[in-house]
Amino acid sequence: MNPITLQNITKTYEKGKVLAVDDVSFSVNDSEMFGLIGPDGAGKTSIFRILTTLLLPDKGTASVCGKDVVKDYKAIRGMVGYMPGRFSLYQDLSVEENLNFFASLFNTSIKQNYELIKDIYVQLEPFKDRRAGKLSGGMKQKLALCCALIHKPSVLFLDEPTTGVDAVSRFEFWEMLKRLKKQGITILVSTAYMDEVEHCDRIALMQNGKILSMDTPDKIIKSYSEKLFELKGDNKHKLLKDTMTYSDAVGSYASGESIHVSFKKNGKSDADIINGLKGFLESKGYQHIEIVPTVPNIEDCFLSLTKTEIHG
Amino acid sequence: MKQFINFIKKEFYHVLRDPKSLLMLFGVPIAQIVLFGFALTNEIKNSNIVIVDNAMDNASQKLIYEIRASKYFNVGQIFMNPDQMDAAFKTGKVKLALVIPKDFDNDLQHLHTAQVQIIADASDPNTATTLTNYMTSIISDYQNQLWQDGGLPYSILTQQRILYNPELAGAPNFVPGVVAMVLLLICVLMTSVSIVREKEMGTLEVLLVSPFNPFLVIFSKMVPYIVVSLINLTIILILSVYLLDLPFKGNLLLLYGESSIFIVCGLSLGLLISTLTDTQQTAMNTSFLLTMLPTMLLSGYLFPIENMPLFLRILSNIIPAKWFYIIIKSVMLKGLGIKYIWRETLILSGMTVFFLTVSLRNFKIRLQ
Repeated sequence: MNPITLQNITKTYEKGKVLAVDDVSFSVNDSEMFGLIGPDGAGKTSIFRILTTLLLPDKGTASVCGKDVVKDYKAIRGMVGYMPGRFSLYQDLSVEENLNFFASLFNTSIKQNYELIKDIYVQLEPFKDRRAGKLSGGMKQKLALCCALIHKPSVLFLDEPTTGVDAVSRFEFWEMLKRLKKQGITILVSTAYMDEVEHCDRIALMQNGKILSMDTPDKIIKSYSEKLFELKGDNKHKLLKDTMTYSDAVGSYASGESIHVSFKKNGKSDADIINGLKGFLESKGYQHIEIVPTVPNIEDCFLSLTKTEIHG
Repeated sequence: MKQFINFIKKEFYHVLRDPKSLLMLFGVPIAQIVLFGFALTNEIKNSNIVIVDNAMDNASQKLIYEIRASKYFNVGQIFMNPDQMDAAFKTGKVKLALVIPKDFDNDLQHLHTAQVQIIADASDPNTATTLTNYMTSIISDYQNQLWQDGGLPYSILTQQRILYNPELAGAPNFVPGVVAMVLLLICVLMTSVSIVREKEMGTLEVLLVSPFNPFLVIFSKMVPYIVVSLINLTIILILSVYLLDLPFKGNLLLLYGESSIFIVCGLSLGLLISTLTDTQQTAMNTSFLLTMLPTMLLSGYLFPIENMPLFLRILSNIIPAKWFYIIIKSVMLKGLGIKYIWRETLILSGMTVFFLTVSLRNFKIRLQ
């Protein structure tokens, strides 16, 4: 039995005017870390709220730990751990008071499940008398995770847990999640940061309430259907603008320090493509242009998928 | 049970750690009592007056003695000359003058009638009227004494008696009003804001995804405010008895019991508002609108309901504060027992049950 299953879930807001989740189905395996990846407004939070029994779906069925999210909402509420997108602890209570409160909410105590949160809590312990509102972003997220874990849930729902957290804390956070996974906890996590998907066992790329693609991160990258090149040159901003007018390319966008340009696979060799683009740009007056074939990352896959989504 | 206690503890932390709510909870009632008690009273004490005593005889001395004994007047100088009196009025410090004619004692003894003249500064007509009434009442008291001493066979007196507040003192009127207003304001405002705050901060989301019964969330929110409201009631009572010399006539236990009904009524109303609003700001504004205005205008506290047009008189019946105001006045000032106020108590309890049922039904166990 899968700990999380969704079948044809649809959710609309404002009496059907706004479509948030569009016929989504997926299931998460035992002790799996499953990532929902997509920009704001992709429908990630709505899925979280449906699974945590906070929202009712318009259509479709979903179950968590074998319990129906509509009928058996009470049972689910006792079994899962939930960390909403916004920092949702009491800012005017101290770290320890927050933890104690959430422990008692689930009829347990810090002592009882200390083993589970130990790794995280040792980092918080020096600040245990500090008000939660005065913690740094990373510390807040660790506290929220502690509070979501305190009752030893079998499924953990984490809605954008790393948003607004610095790079080091983000890395630490994912390491913690991996350790929790090893202890048998199933984790559904969402993020808008494409570079974080490597931490997940499987991911679903989402946009406009739909799942564009769902697989392991490696397989998604392998299924990339275009040829990708990295372009470097002076005056990046103008260079990107001009590259976008090149009709042979199917996509061009900034990626880090360079520009990524993608082409359809139509039998042309890499050298031909490079020369074609180089010639086009040199005719526009650019010098010192560097074009090399490159390996796509998840962001490239996402953009490639959204493109086909838009153009049908 | 342990959950419940922990929840209540948490609510107390919220209250005690927020200086703004502390000020609201305890500052407002104290400020209201003190303001209404001292600054905004319509009672006039220690007015400066002068007396022009043309008689300087036994009777006039006695009358002046009576006036001096009153707490309403500060007898300044006693003049012999009306011109001096004019000058005194022109300084603006003197509000009233009493002129006693020549042969005052003599006229009283032999003609059994004498005249005095009261001159008041009516640039503030209300003060002038009130002071004139005070003075007339002192003089007629004195007159009664004379009659008793003289043992006249019959005398016809018009007797004015003002029940429950014989001195027309301000305090008895406004203390019940302040109690009603403070209790309602605190209960409605604090409950609605504290629940909406959980919505706004997103903590309600976490609370809902827990095995904790949502209705216990509500009840644990109510407990601290019941406690705080009862403390407030005690503060107001202590202040009014010891600071404002308000005589407390009724049964204390009955008063606290009735107040508890009213408090729960306010909390339920606050809960209802919290289910209908999404931001603390709207919750606060709605609470103010629904409590302050009706309580001040339609409870009978500032304006007598009997004088209102029919529509407002009917409307006033749905204001819980109106019924509580009647109850608390009856208990505090008249010392009446439950026998006399059971009807009002029943209406208030009915309203409480109504608000509580509606708001509990309205409380959402999900987000939408």
